[in-house]
Amino acid sequence: MRPRLPANEGARMAVVLGGFALIAAAVLGTAHELTEGPIQRRERAELRRTLNRVVPPTAYDNTLVRATRVVRTARGDAVRVYRGTRDGAVTAVAFQVLAPGYNGPIRLLMGLERHGRVLGVRVLDHQETPGLGDRIEARKSDWILDFTGRSLGNPLRGQWTVEKDGGVFDQFTGATITPRGVVAGVRRGLLFFRRHRAALLDPAAGGDAATDAPALDATDEGESG
Amino acid sequence: MRPDYGAIVRNGIWDNNAVFAQLLALCPTLAVTGTATNGLGMGLATAVVLVATGAIVALVRRLTLREVRIPVFVLVIAACVTLVDMVMKAWLFELHSVLGLFIPLIVTNCIILGRAEAFASRNPTGPSVVDGLATGVGFILTLVVVGAVREIIGHGTLFADAHLLLGDAFAWLETVVVADYNGALVAVLPPGGFLAVGFLMAGKRVIDERLRAGAPATGPVAARAAEPAP
Repeated sequence: MRPRLPANEGARMAVVLGGFALIAAAVLGTAHELTEGPIQRRERAELRRTLNRVVPPTAYDNTLVRATRVVRTARGDAVRVYRGTRDGAVTAVAFQVLAPGYNGPIRLLMGLERHGRVLGVRVLDHQETPGLGDRIEARKSDWILDFTGRSLGNPLRGQWTVEKDGGVFDQFTGATITPRGVVAGVRRGLLFFRRHRAALLDPAAGGDAATDAPALDATDEGESG
Repeated sequence: MRPDYGAIVRNGIWDNNAVFAQLLALCPTLAVTGTATNGLGMGLATAVVLVATGAIVALVRRLTLREVRIPVFVLVIAACVTLVDMVMKAWLFELHSVLGLFIPLIVTNCIILGRAEAFASRNPTGPSVVDGLATGVGFILTLVVVGAVREIIGHGTLFADAHLLLGDAFAWLETVVVADYNGALVAVLPPGGFLAVGFLMAGKRVIDERLRAGAPATGPVAARAAEPAP
């Protein structure tokens, strides 16, 4: 056994632990710098691909991914909206919604036509439990396709939830929180569209230059859009 | 002294199997083994992290003071998992979109801390990497077997959606074991996980008993008793 003085002992522990923390921080910081660019490029490519799924390319004749404008919710949060136009009139809009998941927010992309009917919804990313909640992904289940063609009046207000809560949407065996959150997120997206419809469909408005791509945050319990 | 790699491999895969012998990592085991494919995904992601943390912990074992070793190991594991997540997201995006769900679950996996503490902190880098690999392979096999049992009983299929995880080249793995099967829900739900793990564990004990009866003196049970308690 080496003789140890309590004071030195404490100092040594602090140096060892602090040293490891510094090295870990340096490694992760460097890795973050190196991977940030490629990750953002991948996510943008994924967003472009998903935009084509939630808004049929036949619905517009402009460059959807560049035709964005930023709309502020009643609470003042910025939401970036992609607007498809044909002959100068807005025919479809798409935006991201953060729905409350079991394990953190579920990022949805939803497309609507100008009367507020859903053209399509897809999940961009989520951390739901594999095998239970991940059936919200279109490649694992048809569940998410059930939103296509729906609107605020279809189904009626009280039924805009999962069957377990008296609604019309299927839940998954062993995972109710995930589909419940996605349904609530889509409904909030529809409410957001109804509230800001005039601004969203006004072809003259636009040109807001926001650098990031904020989503409509529907992870809280409120009803504001 | 030359390390006994044969014993390390045997320990990691069978004698000291993380789930069936040490009863570690039950949380991810029960949570993701609804299908064999998900078990394979979780196993692969965990094995990569096990090898990486085994190597790092063994390399720095002389610098790691006993008193602060646990926070240091946790730091190394968390950093490794985060690094794997970022690198996969940047350069293996397709794989990340499938395996990515499992990565946050690895941080809470106590096998990794267990192997860092019980093996890598006391052994050189080479054997520690082999130990990580063997434990990882043992974990993959365990999750695939538990997942296969639950999937066959629950859905009547085997390796459903394997092409999403491994690519279209492995679509042949996807098998319908029982056609027109309504499924036994209990196998897919959490209780089914406990039942499957319990029965498989009992099965392993029976095999070990048989082996010991065949070869007395130093059987696998004696080897297991010599391991430190988890």
